[in-house]
Amino acid sequence: MADTILFYIFAAFVLGGGVLTVTRRNSVHSALWLIVSLLGTAGLFLLRQAEFLFAVQIILYIGGVVLLILFVVMLVNLDETARLRQFNKAWWVALACAVVVGIEIWYVLNRGLETLEPGEAPQTAATIEGNTERLADVLFSEYLLPFEIASLLLLVAIVGSVVMAKKRI
Amino acid sequence: MPASYIPPWEDLLRVLPEIVLTVGGTIAMVLEPLLRPEKKRRLGWLALAALLVALWATAVAHVFAGPAFRAMIIVDGFATFFRALVIVVGALAVLCSLNYLERERADSGEYYALVLFSVVGQCLMAASNELIMIFIGLEISSISTYVLAGYLRDDVRNNESAIKYFLLGSFATAFLLYGIAWIYGLTGSTDLSEIRRVLANPELAPAGALVGVSAALMFVGFAFKVSAAPFQIWTPDVYQGAPAPVTAFMSAGPKAAAFAIFLRVYMTAFEPVASRWEPVVWLSALATMLVGNFAALVQNNLKRLLAYSSIAHAGYVMVAVTAHSEIGTAAAMFYLVAYAFMNVGAFAVVTHFARERERYVNVDDLAGLAQRQPVTAALFALFLLSLIGIPLTGGFFGKFYIFKAALEANLYWLTGIGLLNSALAAYYYLRIIVVMYFHEPGEAAATLAPPAPALKVALWSSAVATLVLGVFPSLVLDFAGKSATLAR
Repeated sequence: MADTILFYIFAAFVLGGGVLTVTRRNSVHSALWLIVSLLGTAGLFLLRQAEFLFAVQIILYIGGVVLLILFVVMLVNLDETARLRQFNKAWWVALACAVVVGIEIWYVLNRGLETLEPGEAPQTAATIEGNTERLADVLFSEYLLPFEIASLLLLVAIVGSVVMAKKRI
Repeated sequence: MPASYIPPWEDLLRVLPEIVLTVGGTIAMVLEPLLRPEKKRRLGWLALAALLVALWATAVAHVFAGPAFRAMIIVDGFATFFRALVIVVGALAVLCSLNYLERERADSGEYYALVLFSVVGQCLMAASNELIMIFIGLEISSISTYVLAGYLRDDVRNNESAIKYFLLGSFATAFLLYGIAWIYGLTGSTDLSEIRRVLANPELAPAGALVGVSAALMFVGFAFKVSAAPFQIWTPDVYQGAPAPVTAFMSAGPKAAAFAIFLRVYMTAFEPVASRWEPVVWLSALATMLVGNFAALVQNNLKRLLAYSSIAHAGYVMVAVTAHSEIGTAAAMFYLVAYAFMNVGAFAVVTHFARERERYVNVDDLAGLAQRQPVTAALFALFLLSLIGIPLTGGFFGKFYIFKAALEANLYWLTGIGLLNSALAAYYYLRIIVVMYFHEPGEAAATLAPPAPALKVALWSSAVATLVLGVFPSLVLDFAGKSATLAR
């Protein structure tokens, strides 16, 4: 019961934060509401015993990504952007897409496809070992090579962006 | 029990080429700030040495053939074949770049590091037997190539090339990733052999339409990377704008690696549903040949002409993919080797002839080259004749084996149209030869300095390889034939 109540609270965080992020005129407020939305997602992860994703969500997204967004927002001229029209003419296309996706999700959840059955909810007893430990175990045994190689991908991306952005090579 | 996380040493030997190249690239970047600008050239030699060691490491890895890292990668003949190919292409590209970068005053360690990292990505693609590895390898290779395409940042053509390649390429990768997500959702695995097992089992196989969606999404991603129609639009602009040695590199290396994963995914994972994807690839092969050859007829810019010709050649390889047989796979492998040497050779000549800021890249500029530099002209003519598919060159046997495989798969129409296409292609290649040999020398040919030693090595080794493939094709074909049986 408490789980269900908490779920709705966190879901309200996610949705309310999301809506306010796109509707606020002040970009700083938008970024702050985004933090609320991401915090709600982190809470949902915690409800599902995914402690690792919870920690990553807070450290990486709220601590890293939103902070960077705030830095960028502070570098641009706020008064100028506040006077601009907030939505462009294509807003109804986005709304239509959102409605269609919503109907699809509703349909799939209600009717289900014969090949797409929602899985059983994981048993709490099975997660005694700890979500983080199991994730680490899979990451460093089965997915060791992709995990290591992904660092090369990041290195290439960093080198590439520096090469493209430097004034003189 | 932390000891169990340490991979066995055989696994490490199986990724030795990647390790060597990564270390080489990292050393190049570390040494870069320590060298004075006029000594940056040494980093090019370092990259070349790393590539040669990696070639040796590929042979070592082949001795220890087998799956590694929980079957994330698999070292078989197919993997070794493509690893060796992309490493050799990388070495030839470095040889072409040495003087080019000096001429453009852009010699720097990052360039060589990016070439090495790109080759790492392509080696991983060649050896991957798992969709996550394929994706990461493809991204490493692609991102390095995007940056290389725009390496001379003060040149607007480079900027155009890089931005177009980057935007469209990222979009295509998104399609591939979406396809991977679909097939994972449908089969519960990203391992190619496991996907094949699920799709081949009538009790487990998911709905055909859903598998079709997944295969189609992945086809979009692969077709973009090999520049097959209708996803070839980016190729001429990107090839024309990028620095000439980079064009040489990306028209051969990343394309061969993309074909390697294309073949591996469609010949193993999606092989049980071959009858569904065959018509799509058939149509794409046909369109690719026609678009490439007809558009090349009216080009006057050499790089653009060779870009369209590379689209046409991708079409021939697609014919071999359509055959979806072991002979077809072997023919595609042989063709990609022959194509790599003749195409890199042709672009090496363009690199040499273009001069500073790539001033002379039109067909008419070549007028009278044969009188001024008969050797360069003869080598260029050899590469062009091989691209046409004249006997005694690698291109001839490449086309011969592909059309033979297509006939054995009963693809009569595709073979017929393909043969007509290669006849059509002779026109635009021969036009270049005519301009070189029968026109009076113009200003461009008159002021041409002799090729630099490094470029000479690249030219001659490509030429020798093209001829050897044309006279003793069995040297490569035997290995390709043995390797065409993919792990299942």
